[in-house]
Amino acid sequence: MSTASTTSAPAACWACGAAPTTSALLCPDCGKVQPASAADYFQVFGLERRLNLDTSALEREFHRLSRRLHPDRFARASAGEQQWSLANTALLNDAYRALRDTLQRTEYLLRLEGLKIGEEHAGKGKSADRQPPADLLEEVFELNMQLEEMRMNQKMGEDDPGLQSDLTAARARFESLLTAVDNDLAARGSEWDNGDPAARERAAASMAALLDRRRYLRNLVRDVNEVLSTAAA
Amino acid sequence: MLEEQAPEKPVQERIVGIDLGTTNSLVAYMEGSQPVVIPGVDGSNLVPSIVALDVVDPNDETPSRATVTVGNSARRALIENPERAIYSVKRLMGRGMEDIEEELKLFPFRLADDIEPGEVLRIRLGDKTFTPSEISAYILRQLKRNAERYFGAPVTKAVITVPAYFNDAQRQATRDAGRMAGLDVLRLVNEPTAAALAYGLDRAKEGGGKGETVAVYDLGGGTFDISILKLNDGIFEVIATNGDTHLGGDDIDNLLLAVALDEIRNEHGVDLRPHADAIQALRKAVIEAKITLSSEPVAKLDIELPDGDRYQREIPREVYEQLIRPVLERTAGPCKQALADAGIRPDQIEELVLVGGSTRIPAVRTLVDQIFELSNRGKQPHTELNPDEVVALGAAVQASILAGSSTATEELLLLDVTPLSLGIEALGGVVAKIIQRNSTIPASANEHFTTGVDGQTNVAIHVLQGERELAADCRSLARFDLKGIPPMPAGLPRIEVKFLIDANGILQVTAREQRSGLEANIEVKPTYGLTDEQVETMILDSFDHAETDFEARQLIEARIEADTILSAVEKAPASPAWQLLDEDEKARIKAARVHLAAIKSGHDMQAIRAATTALDQTTRNFAEKMMEAAVSGAMRGKTMQTASEELGPASNANEISAPHPFARAEFD
Repeated sequence: MSTASTTSAPAACWACGAAPTTSALLCPDCGKVQPASAADYFQVFGLERRLNLDTSALEREFHRLSRRLHPDRFARASAGEQQWSLANTALLNDAYRALRDTLQRTEYLLRLEGLKIGEEHAGKGKSADRQPPADLLEEVFELNMQLEEMRMNQKMGEDDPGLQSDLTAARARFESLLTAVDNDLAARGSEWDNGDPAARERAAASMAALLDRRRYLRNLVRDVNEVLSTAAA
Repeated sequence: MLEEQAPEKPVQERIVGIDLGTTNSLVAYMEGSQPVVIPGVDGSNLVPSIVALDVVDPNDETPSRATVTVGNSARRALIENPERAIYSVKRLMGRGMEDIEEELKLFPFRLADDIEPGEVLRIRLGDKTFTPSEISAYILRQLKRNAERYFGAPVTKAVITVPAYFNDAQRQATRDAGRMAGLDVLRLVNEPTAAALAYGLDRAKEGGGKGETVAVYDLGGGTFDISILKLNDGIFEVIATNGDTHLGGDDIDNLLLAVALDEIRNEHGVDLRPHADAIQALRKAVIEAKITLSSEPVAKLDIELPDGDRYQREIPREVYEQLIRPVLERTAGPCKQALADAGIRPDQIEELVLVGGSTRIPAVRTLVDQIFELSNRGKQPHTELNPDEVVALGAAVQASILAGSSTATEELLLLDVTPLSLGIEALGGVVAKIIQRNSTIPASANEHFTTGVDGQTNVAIHVLQGERELAADCRSLARFDLKGIPPMPAGLPRIEVKFLIDANGILQVTAREQRSGLEANIEVKPTYGLTDEQVETMILDSFDHAETDFEARQLIEARIEADTILSAVEKAPASPAWQLLDEDEKARIKAARVHLAAIKSGHDMQAIRAATTALDQTTRNFAEKMMEAAVSGAMRGKTMQTASEELGPASNANEISAPHPFARAEFD
């Protein structure tokens, strides 16, 4: 069952009736600010839903739209226009923040397409990523033991250079696993961009799993860094 | 034949830029394509952020019609009547009892006895209490008047700067102060961003300022900010910001003060701590020493103690630097964090701007050089713009952007960020972050809530700012009570809450129950702040006194101007040029002087002004002669000369522009 959010195609310009070929927030013809919309982030920038993106073009467009929409440009305008400007600029900023980062963009797009992605942020704990990736169970178990031991040592004020170099090596290993995940994600991303609906479904499912794996690995590397930097201090 | 009245041309009201600083405040505006600071009545660009409660006339029958004085004139009160004066009030804005324990140990703040946790602070001056916003409002009002005097027209709109690291409560307190002072605050601008604006405008004129990564290191009297920006074709985009709102030149002063007090106790057996006036005098001396040490290798303290003894001490720069090192090193952490958040290395910073009086300290420059690897790369920090004024100048540029009044600023745009993550308290006292720190503002987040009990019509949300996991470790921003939810079974209502941080960095919240479509009624209980109703009453209060305040102020200003010219004239006979005058002229001058001296302590403001003008006119010839005699001690005479040129013909006699002696408050 698809729960993809079909954000309604943004309406025509209220002033001149032109279609929103570029941003949903500004009319491309008459330049009037459009009312605060339910546009999705891609529509904000007038982009197709694609995972590959030209980030410098995105930045240029962000600056261009900021100049036109920002509340500073509406300091002498009516209260209504000021509200639109505020809401639209918030949306523009949120959209830019999400789209310019590869991971956030991927998560956003997948969510838009109806997949359940991302950490629960109700503070209940990071649920999906508590599960170590199946192929790494042993390595992860070993690493966690080493981390515990290191933490104990630090509490006791003891030093164990052998353990430290083991952990450093482990970190390098997991970082390279992370790079592999990123490469995989990029490849799946292209498949999604260029594929038919069936290919897209496969790619999307694969990316969702990759994102979970990535989050788990990222947390692990962070834990190792914490322990190692305490040692270095 | 009737003449047609020409239609009134609408006057373009000027928007000013205000730097409301811990130690000094300034007001500036855009003159053509150049931002310019507006001086006060004494000719000084800086208004010390000192407020004192005066009693205008001790002989007055009407009970304590107190007036408030601000700036240099309040400075005297710090030493003579410390319980009626306050400085560095910015340290108290948006804060509560729990936060300021440290400040209370080091600053002579006197608080009301009955302040509850979470309540706004109330400060005692004499027998009255004021919130920090009200005190700041008096400073803002002084700046507003300086601007109005300068333009000869009302000023009601302003841009006010705040430290980038100020949280929501501190920003609200600043905006409240503006409102109380009768100013429509169009925008709060972060201080380092304002400095970058002033600097960027300056550079654009020389053809520079394109596509650069800039860091602004702002160490003022009470706050420290570090901001990293990308300047690109007129867009000033903040990438990351960090800082410490409890760190500045005041901490250096307090350190030196503590050391001096201990030495005095050990060597002279006198504990000055109970003597508020002696402490202020020592503080003043210590500040002078600090300033001296920025350019001299040694400074001297020489104080008379209450028992007649003298405390004398030399402070070599090395000793001073050793002493203050821990204070300066506290700036390193925020710098590193900002770089990390921006995802850049120190050597990727192309330009560094120094802001704030404390950056004049050589040890600060050395530290900055180390952190950002400047001289290694053949770079110098930028100090071309006066570090005391650059923030106000930047605020004026932003005011001009908002007004759309200058072609020089038409294409400029500030994209700033929120310095602290915004979160909601969830079950178990944990914080769920909904907007990350360093998000470009305006920024928003939507969250959904529901009810836990059948028929529940209210939902309470606790919003916080900070980076920690537990609510107890973050700053409480406010509690929002969503009311008017239609009664339904538990878990059924779907309440969508929109959090919006606006361009000022201040939070707005709206809520709607989606099934019924009803807008929820939101009651805001700000932490450490005032409700809108409370702010309203504070404005009205000052309106009630506006009339009497206005007259009292006019009187005080007339007396200041009279004093200025009297002291100049009293010194006149010492000048050789005095001998060049004939007896008639000397007699006229003497008569005018005696008349003004007599009338000055009266209440007739017009008469005082008239007498001041009269004295000024009798001395014009003398002033010219002094110039010709080229006597260096005639500094004041020179300004009288300049003033008399500016005064123009006698028909302008009603308008006094007082002679402008040197800006800095005399410490003699």
